[in-house]
Amino acid sequence: MTILDKFKALQGAYETVQSAGHDPFTVCFDEVLSPSEAVLKGKRVILLGTNNYLGLTFDSSCVDKAVEALMQAGTGTTGSRIANGTYGNHAELERRLAAFYGTRAAMVFSTGYQANLGILSTIAGRGDHILIDADSHASIYDGCRLGHAEVIRFRHNDPDDLARRLSRLKDAPGNRLIVVEGIYSMLGDTAPLKEIAAVKREWNAHLLVDEAHSLGVLGSNGRGLVEQAGVEADVDFIVGTFSKSLGAVGGFCVSNLPDFDVLRIACRPYMFTASLPPSVIASVTQALARVQEDPGLRARLNINAQRLYHGLEAEGFILGPQVSPIVSIRMPSTEVAIAFWNALLGAGIYLNLALPPATPDNAPLLRSSVSAAHSGTQIDTVIATITAIGSELGVIAPRSHRPDMTEERQGDLLGEVLWQPGQGQRHNHAPVTGNPL
Amino acid sequence: MTQNSDIVDVIIGMIGTLPQVTEVATPDTNIARDLGLDSLAVMNFVMQLEDRFDVSIPMDRLAGIQTINDLAAAVADLKGRSPE
Repeated sequence: MTILDKFKALQGAYETVQSAGHDPFTVCFDEVLSPSEAVLKGKRVILLGTNNYLGLTFDSSCVDKAVEALMQAGTGTTGSRIANGTYGNHAELERRLAAFYGTRAAMVFSTGYQANLGILSTIAGRGDHILIDADSHASIYDGCRLGHAEVIRFRHNDPDDLARRLSRLKDAPGNRLIVVEGIYSMLGDTAPLKEIAAVKREWNAHLLVDEAHSLGVLGSNGRGLVEQAGVEADVDFIVGTFSKSLGAVGGFCVSNLPDFDVLRIACRPYMFTASLPPSVIASVTQALARVQEDPGLRARLNINAQRLYHGLEAEGFILGPQVSPIVSIRMPSTEVAIAFWNALLGAGIYLNLALPPATPDNAPLLRSSVSAAHSGTQIDTVIATITAIGSELGVIAPRSHRPDMTEERQGDLLGEVLWQPGQGQRHNHAPVTGNPL
Repeated sequence: MTQNSDIVDVIIGMIGTLPQVTEVATPDTNIARDLGLDSLAVMNFVMQLEDRFDVSIPMDRLAGIQTINDLAAAVADLKGRSPE
């Protein structure tokens, strides 16, 4: 008997995955060459699962700003934001974020996970009610668990179910906080934000949108789904991350509420952890400027997303319900998913293996994330390789046996017909994915 | 107001319609352990149950529920809280 005995079942499942080849949870690149390529065990691989949407990790202006800050301000702050850990560039990034979103205030956190942990556990207190989409990211579930509010899940992307649950609260005292995401990380689907904002107004609730996967990706100025849906006036809090489109690490929350800054001395995951190194803040500040000054990044990302999605769709793969930089392929079983993932790595393509319970409706997925930095040739190589392995493993019919695929395929998109609303809840336990999202 | 035993009967009836379940449930059946349902199936079932009784079971309440009796008691309590 040891204290770790409770993990025996998990250990067993893990060993099964490991025995099939590479360990998807400990992939270690010898070298990362660019936003789209790395070397793994001496072999070049295309990176197709790194959430590096705009490909800014090697942007020379971002690297230069980081180097400059590193030389000027040193390797780290060695302190929290409320002690010695706020430098001029932390405050400057917060001003730039607030200006970008047109909000009164912005708070920078050390990771996106901590931004959700801090904001959710702090703004909703005992007696308040948080209503979260059932497919929310683990950081949203964990932020809810850390706080003292009553937490109610509503069916994924279902504004009617949300309204029903608000109505069931009747006249119970306490604030209502609705939490949704811009783009959901497993299938790449977006929230029906206009409808959710209408429910929010009707029930006089607050609304928080997590734009982790949509900052710099959606909206004509890159301000995410909130901008694209035209509901900026209805959203009380936007949470986001620096570790995807902005190419570094860190998180933030912006808000227009007048007293927002009081959270700096109330929010424990903000107060009791070291602040980001100045070099990270500098590269993020520059990446945010790049998002604003170069809409071509978003355009290239969109072209690549369309190319991959439509390419795989035409080959007969079952994908998420809409084109997005996250392109997930449904696998018929965990065994096939693991074999497929290993075969792809062997053929020089890295993407994420997402296994239940971290996926909606218990379907294993191969999850890819497209970057503006991918070349058309890389995307075509990816489509050809996935198709060849998919035929070999029987995930799709061989080309010669396929019916004419030019007609619009009905009813086999993930999240639409196979996955009825309400049948697609992702579990809130530890995500088991190739790349923790 | 709905009696606990009525709620238990409804829950057992609903569980009987789940394709994954082969056993006949009793009030003492442990929902997560005895029915062969994975955690997602349990969550989906709870959502159906919430609609049937027009209640929302908060996540902290769910964490303490093991048996069908526990679940029925939580539903009865939540129904009792809300004026019909």
